[in-house]
Amino acid sequence: MANFLVWVVWFGAAFACLVSALAVVSFRNPFYSALALIGNLASLAVLFLLLSGEFVAAGQVLVYGGAVMVMFLFVIAYLGDKSEESPWSGGPSWQVVGAVLAGGAILAEVIVVVGLKAGDFLSSPHHVGRAFGSPASVGRLFLTDHLLAFEVTSIVLLVAAVGGVVLGSHARRTEEPSLESRARA
Amino acid sequence: MHGPDIQWYVILSALLFSTGALGVMLRRSPLIILLSVEIMLNAANLLLIAFSRLHGREDGQIFAISVMAVAASEVVVGLGLIVALGRRNVELDVDKLRTLRG
Repeated sequence: MANFLVWVVWFGAAFACLVSALAVVSFRNPFYSALALIGNLASLAVLFLLLSGEFVAAGQVLVYGGAVMVMFLFVIAYLGDKSEESPWSGGPSWQVVGAVLAGGAILAEVIVVVGLKAGDFLSSPHHVGRAFGSPASVGRLFLTDHLLAFEVTSIVLLVAAVGGVVLGSHARRTEEPSLESRARA
Repeated sequence: MHGPDIQWYVILSALLFSTGALGVMLRRSPLIILLSVEIMLNAANLLLIAFSRLHGREDGQIFAISVMAVAASEVVVGLGLIVALGRRNVELDVDKLRTLRG
């Protein structure tokens, strides 16, 4: 019974995941696309919970669904209405056909590789304890075995923050003289 | 593992990844291209966590968290670029952005 319930939750989350991903790709308005991506991230968090990745699921909702997507929505609102044509409108162009073929090729490659090569290697999952994926055990791994990854991640975040500041201040510096010259004229 | 085997996760992740790749190739708005890149990164994350569960080791989850941090920094830089473009009143269309010169 519990197994059946897991399958039901899995199919619900997987379906929501795929539908919202397609919605992100096909909505005309970027604002709706960003909202659909929040749904996608939330259903992925459900899948992470099924895989006993509790800490990653919480991080997904907090960091992705919260912080990153709020930043996206702010920028989209700041830029105003930037709707474009739906990619499916206006008949099949060579670009659309090529993109669909390339996407299908990636999909077929992965499925063929998994089906032919992986086969039986993948069907014996290990049993894991209750602490698997908890914040305590993930944190312990982060500070022991993967300390280098932890430090590198912090440097990446620092560089990205500096880059964001530089991009923002550069845009302002080049904007001001044009305003002054316009006022002088 | 109760419920679906790893194959189901691999197929779902492949579907998600190709959807994201389709978005990157089809759309012209850099905002939606960034959102599609997020979908692709999340497909990779799903696979990392699925295999981490399969092998009963948490290293994959560590890697998934690192991917999340990389995605966050990518969004910061990408949105910074888009805002800089928007301030210059450049049309947000990657087919028409031909110069990167400041």
